Amino acid sequence: MQGIFKSLMKNKAFLLLVLPGAAWFIIFAYLPMFGTIIAFKDFRIHPGGFLESVLKSEWVGFKNFEFLFSTSDAYIITRNTILYNLGLIFLGLVLAVTLAIIMNELLNKRLAKIYQTAMFMPYFLSWVIISYFVFSFLSVEKGVFNQIIMYFGGDPVSWYSETGYWPYFLILLGLWKGAGYGSVVYLAAIAGIDRSYYEAAMIDGATKWKQIRYITLPLLRPLMIILTILAIGGIFRSDFGLFYQVPRDSGALYPVTNVIDTFVYRGLTIMGDTGMSTATGLYQSVVGLILVLLANYAVRKIEKDYAVF
Amino acid sequence: MSNLSEPIKRASAHTRRTGKKSRDLNAISPLSNVIFNIAIGLFALSCIFPFLFIVIISFTDEKTLAINGFKLFPEVWTLDAYRFLMESGQQMAQSFGVTLTVTVVGTALTLYLVTTYAYAISRKNFAQRRFFSFLAFFTMLFSGGLVPSYIVVTQVLHLRDSIWALILPSIMNAFYIIVMRTFFTTTVPDAVIESAKIDGATEFGIYTRIVLPISLPGIATIGLFSTLGFWNDWFNALLYIDNANLIPLQTLLIRIQNNMDFVVQNSSRVVSYDIASTLPTETVRMAMVVLATLPVALAYPFFQKYFIQGLTIGSVKE
Repeated sequence: MQGIFKSLMKNKAFLLLVLPGAAWFIIFAYLPMFGTIIAFKDFRIHPGGFLESVLKSEWVGFKNFEFLFSTSDAYIITRNTILYNLGLIFLGLVLAVTLAIIMNELLNKRLAKIYQTAMFMPYFLSWVIISYFVFSFLSVEKGVFNQIIMYFGGDPVSWYSETGYWPYFLILLGLWKGAGYGSVVYLAAIAGIDRSYYEAAMIDGATKWKQIRYITLPLLRPLMIILTILAIGGIFRSDFGLFYQVPRDSGALYPVTNVIDTFVYRGLTIMGDTGMSTATGLYQSVVGLILVLLANYAVRKIEKDYAVF
Repeated sequence: MSNLSEPIKRASAHTRRTGKKSRDLNAISPLSNVIFNIAIGLFALSCIFPFLFIVIISFTDEKTLAINGFKLFPEVWTLDAYRFLMESGQQMAQSFGVTLTVTVVGTALTLYLVTTYAYAISRKNFAQRRFFSFLAFFTMLFSGGLVPSYIVVTQVLHLRDSIWALILPSIMNAFYIIVMRTFFTTTVPDAVIESAKIDGATEFGIYTRIVLPISLPGIATIGLFSTLGFWNDWFNALLYIDNANLIPLQTLLIRIQNNMDFVVQNSSRVVSYDIASTLPTETVRMAMVVLATLPVALAYPFFQKYFIQGLTIGSVKE
């Protein structure tokens, strides 16, 4: 005991530095973690205040989870979350690498820089702003899509009610927003590849395409694998703005736009079902934790230095 | 191999004749270059076009808009929407103020918390370093979720309808700590710190007088990430704010999506509009989007390199 106390005193400068941040983590990150206990209770507001309510609410064990999984909602939101993320991860990878490789080959470097700056813009825009862009295209009366359709004599489409198109819209938008940002990492990696590999290949008669296939891509492989695996670790989380703002919270589209995060949000704010929302959140966090640990383990097996821990 | 030495022979002949270095022999052909330029150029255009389109729409008049829809080349150009905002845009000005305050205060707090924390855990002679590293990084693996966080902010901290609800939940972030810590460990050599200690400096003195000044690029990077995060945030307000005076910019844009009541009822000049015809709803909406986006759209090219730096440093290992 004395040893610990002495150690703390010796490090008190560092402890003071770390104190505010640590306090934040405890209040805003760890306290809520203990709050997940609500998932196992039938949470009702009691007159004595919040703590009273938690303590007095009836313990129902896994009932909230049973209820959650008995509805088709659980399947839909899980399916949506995973499929969208898989699409975004893999297509995003292809897009980012392709962009990086092409940008690296462009002859006019100044032009390439201009393209890169332009491609970065979507990253800086919020999904609210982007939802307005989308609206300018998909608005039923005024949108560009319907204008074109009507110009050619067709009937206007009620875009915000037709579920069929939205998986494509959402994935395309997600890719569009992340492309510039994603290509940067690969561009930096390509810039780090020794030029002499390419020169040697050229002298041996290799075409550009062969060079890419046999030099660039293999050298990018570790990075691609790591980033992908780490992304898969986060497969249970979604970019809330994309799935909530862009479809303008249209109820008709829920079957294809509802992901775990939006489901929890709606459960909390609209239905007031604290118990089940918390249960869903806990489900998300636990599966997410398992996935991240597996992902990190996989990364450690491939390229030890890149593992996060 | 003679056909392979042809291009080399031609190139050196070209150089001898003109004295100019010929282009890189391994470069793609001019035709490929043109094709790629067009492809990437189109994609780059698609990235900035939506914003330009919204700008154009905001300069249209409401009636033309109702008849023709959103057009790239509107028939009528007008400043109506902006004029409306000048007269009745108090809510927007208020929201601008809120966002500005939240961004400045939030970023300042973030920088303070992140740099102190990251510095402490970057120092190998901090005995409890492992514990506090874990404390921060575990939050990247597991979180309590939305509901418990909501309950902590509203029931435990009583921050509903307080400006702190827009600031405090977002000021710490394990990713920023990773970036900053990497910065510290790669830019501040142990030798410098050791020699300072020998000269009798305190830990705190070393931090403020030696480490911080060298780490300004890292601080700038975190500062920019944080500024962008606060400026674009709409979620905290959606959850915690009902008071019109505390609605930040992005959340305001959400509120007006379906009707303009929010803007009109919160303007100090009660202007009566003939409902169906003169209230320029759609164009005003677009004008508000333009004004909300303009600061970011104009500033980001200058700060782009810091973001790239943050990205690539985050993936560099200690």
